[in-house]
Amino acid sequence: MPKLTIDGVEVEVDAGLTVLQACEIAGREIPRFCYHERLSVAGNCRMCLVEMERAPKPIASCAMPVGDGMVITTDSETIRQARKGVMEFLLINHPLDCPICDQGGECDLQDQAMGYGYDRSRYAEEKRAVKDKNLGPLVSTVMTRCIHCTRCIRFATEIAGVPELGATGRGEHMEVGTYVEKTLSSELSGNIIDLCPVGALTSKPYSFNARPWELKKTESIDVMDALGANIRIDTRGAEVLRIVPRNNDDVNEEWISDKSRFACDGLRRQRLDQPFVRQDGKLQAVSWDEAFAAIAGKVKSTSGNKIAAIAGDQADCESMYALKKLMESLGSANMDCRQDGAAVGEGSRAGYLFNSTIAGIEDADAILIVGADPRLESPVLNARIRKRFLGGNVSIGVIGEETDLTYRYDYLGAGPDTLADVAAGSNSFAQVLKDASNPMIIVGSGVLTRADSAAVLGTARKLAEATGMIADGWNGFNVLHTAASRVGGLDLGFVPGEGGAGTNEILSGSMDVVYLLGADEIDMAALGGAFVVYQGHHGDAGAHRADVILPGAAYTEKNATYVNLEGRVQRTQLASFPVGEAKEDWAILRALSAELGQTLAFDSLAELRDRMTTATPSLGNIDDIAAAEWGGFGADGAMNNDAFASPIENFFMTDPISRASQTMAECTAARDNSTTARTGTHG
Amino acid sequence: MNTPTQNFEQPTSFEFTPEVMDMAKAHIAKYPADRQASAVMPLLDLAQRQHDGWLPRAAMDYVADFLGMPRIEAYEVATFYTMYNLEPVGKHHVQVCTNLPCWLRGSDQIVEAAKRNLGVEMGETTDDGLFTLSSMECLGACVNAPMMQINDDYYEDLDETVTESILTELRHGQTPKTGSQIDRKSCEPIGGLTSLNSDAGGD
Ligand code: SF4
Ligand code: FES
Ligand code: FES
Repeated sequence: MPKLTIDGVEVEVDAGLTVLQACEIAGREIPRFCYHERLSVAGNCRMCLVEMERAPKPIASCAMPVGDGMVITTDSETIRQARKGVMEFLLINHPLDCPICDQGGECDLQDQAMGYGYDRSRYAEEKRAVKDKNLGPLVSTVMTRCIHCTRCIRFATEIAGVPELGATGRGEHMEVGTYVEKTLSSELSGNIIDLCPVGALTSKPYSFNARPWELKKTESIDVMDALGANIRIDTRGAEVLRIVPRNNDDVNEEWISDKSRFACDGLRRQRLDQPFVRQDGKLQAVSWDEAFAAIAGKVKSTSGNKIAAIAGDQADCESMYALKKLMESLGSANMDCRQDGAAVGEGSRAGYLFNSTIAGIEDADAILIVGADPRLESPVLNARIRKRFLGGNVSIGVIGEETDLTYRYDYLGAGPDTLADVAAGSNSFAQVLKDASNPMIIVGSGVLTRADSAAVLGTARKLAEATGMIADGWNGFNVLHTAASRVGGLDLGFVPGEGGAGTNEILSGSMDVVYLLGADEIDMAALGGAFVVYQGHHGDAGAHRADVILPGAAYTEKNATYVNLEGRVQRTQLASFPVGEAKEDWAILRALSAELGQTLAFDSLAELRDRMTTATPSLGNIDDIAAAEWGGFGADGAMNNDAFASPIENFFMTDPISRASQTMAECTAARDNSTTARTGTHG
Repeated sequence: MNTPTQNFEQPTSFEFTPEVMDMAKAHIAKYPADRQASAVMPLLDLAQRQHDGWLPRAAMDYVADFLGMPRIEAYEVATFYTMYNLEPVGKHHVQVCTNLPCWLRGSDQIVEAAKRNLGVEMGETTDDGLFTLSSMECLGACVNAPMMQINDDYYEDLDETVTESILTELRHGQTPKTGSQIDRKSCEPIGGLTSLNSDAGGD
């Protein structure tokens, strides 16, 4: 390992690092604009200059690989002068409009100008001005502020895999943009807002809303898909103003999808802020007591086996646990956390997890994607696959829909027959998997809702076993869920008990009382004449069908446990309080249980969690993954030959929050527009 | 120059003619199989030549798709080099060098002569579509400054009279003399060699 002397301190670092990284290891902060850990090195801003012994002039530390015996000075008069010079040139063409710039207060250029900027300008000539670009409904541009660091270009090209941004023109006329006006066709486009070191790219929905120092920042977890991306929720007063990613190398690195980031305006619309009871066919606002009384009146006269509960895709573990206990005390075994009717969760726990872990994707050398569109079902996870793809020496095969996943793959076929071929070894990709040292299969959630899902899962399990996916220290069998609540619900056993009914049966109209815990994506008509209680936060399909509405909390409004698709237990934190009279979900269920004469055995969240983790110990290990033992799941049997299809039609609208979001509606419209043919005659 | 302007029609499609296609394939063959994007510059040039000396967006898209590279990368190349014209140009593209050596040798007068003769300003095209006048940075012929380039030909050692007569000849469909316009061979000293003009002597 090379040894360097940095400001008189000797450090030993890994070969292949850059001088900038070595300086950081040595505890020296190097200013930078273009350099970013997760992007390729561009070396174009020159802010990271340091002195190197025997070099005639300062070097760009971000672009210089470490060498043994290097002597680096990061803080000398020469360096300060050099950086000041760079800063002076950067500011020549920068508008200095910080008072009207949304980046103000969290701007790298502003911060570093404090350290290296002069307090006056020597530049009296004309400044350049650049026309703003229209990048769609999410990213607002003020391109005169751009300092040409090319981070956004590198992100789009490398991470997002949509090479649509570029630098056109040259010299003073260089401009960053798409050249031909278009909305970025990435589900990750919002990340360029975070990457842009200046105010050239800012959030359009958040524009002119707040200054960063006015915001309360709460660290939490995203529930827009099953990835469990780590987020920070920025609130002012009761309002969630924006959501940004937090770094977690094991989960989302530092990216989040556009839905995770921008659907938060949906938290302000269509909210259920008080209980309702349907009287004479109309929902009337009532008090909590009246709502509970209405439920009690119905439930007490209904026998347990006619009462059922379905938990929606954003339900948290605590409320599912409370609801499960309540249902059991009412004598009902009819409950399901799989509102899509997916047949997953029977048998071994390994049969419903993303066992390799998300970070494990980077170790895989052969990947078979079955019936999944990871780009839509979990864009950040898809970026991980792309990262692996860029690393080289990986074979990716797809069975299912043939879409642009942002990486090259072998298209093997559309349906179960191809899967059977691979499992039987008669498809050449079987050999690819066998030859790989860490082969992996990713089964999409679209597979699990098929009538023959048990057989498909069984085939996938056999395929995994036959191609060496299950080995010591490696489990390459992965299920790609789309619902944030799914793994938690299955871990808790929020599934039909002995003789109980699951989603499909509940939706056959056989129940008298159905309790919907945030379940909106079901066929409401199929509930028949049942008395429906809807507990949730948005006036969506469930609330429209409901006979009683109990207003609950959205994910930003509660302290709750979620388990992501790899089985990682994570907790959200309350960033703002539930709106109006709404309450945290576990508390609603606790209060209702008392009204029903079946008081649940906990009075606080802590007590609930105690009991919950006693029942399901893995839920107590926050931020940890409890690895699952390999075991049996799925079934033998015939598969039908319908092609696999992804469950996601419109990425931007998949749940009550994103459906209520104005921004997501604009994204949907922009996407629909861009798929209609361009005329080509205009710019 | 940078963003496409709207005051002219962009054709909706573009395609190499069979002859140009052969040339394009010959260029691509010079590079390793998975590196065909390296041929982007000659192919853009071929497209421009085929398309009356300018490169419409459809042609950039066509070349990018043809080479299997992102379209934005073709735009980046085409907007970087001044030799690619992104707007229609006249039949004769008059490019007067105004960089330092040519300027010291009187390029201002050459520009004036051209403007006078053509009746247009810098960057404009004559109404008959015959001429576009542009100013260029150093074209690498400073030794015979001042100079201008018209399409593929250089005209050097210019003065106002010669400039005007070259343009007039072109207007009448004639073919003016290219290269140095005075008593100079290639880029040798005026009037012939001043050194090394005899044999080395000896045996
Ligand atoms: S827009 Fe921002 S990120 Fe992109 S090149 Fe300019 S300064 Fe860098
Ligand atoms: S950070 Fe090193 S050149 Fe930009
Ligand atoms: S300056 Fe005119 S050719 Fe070089």
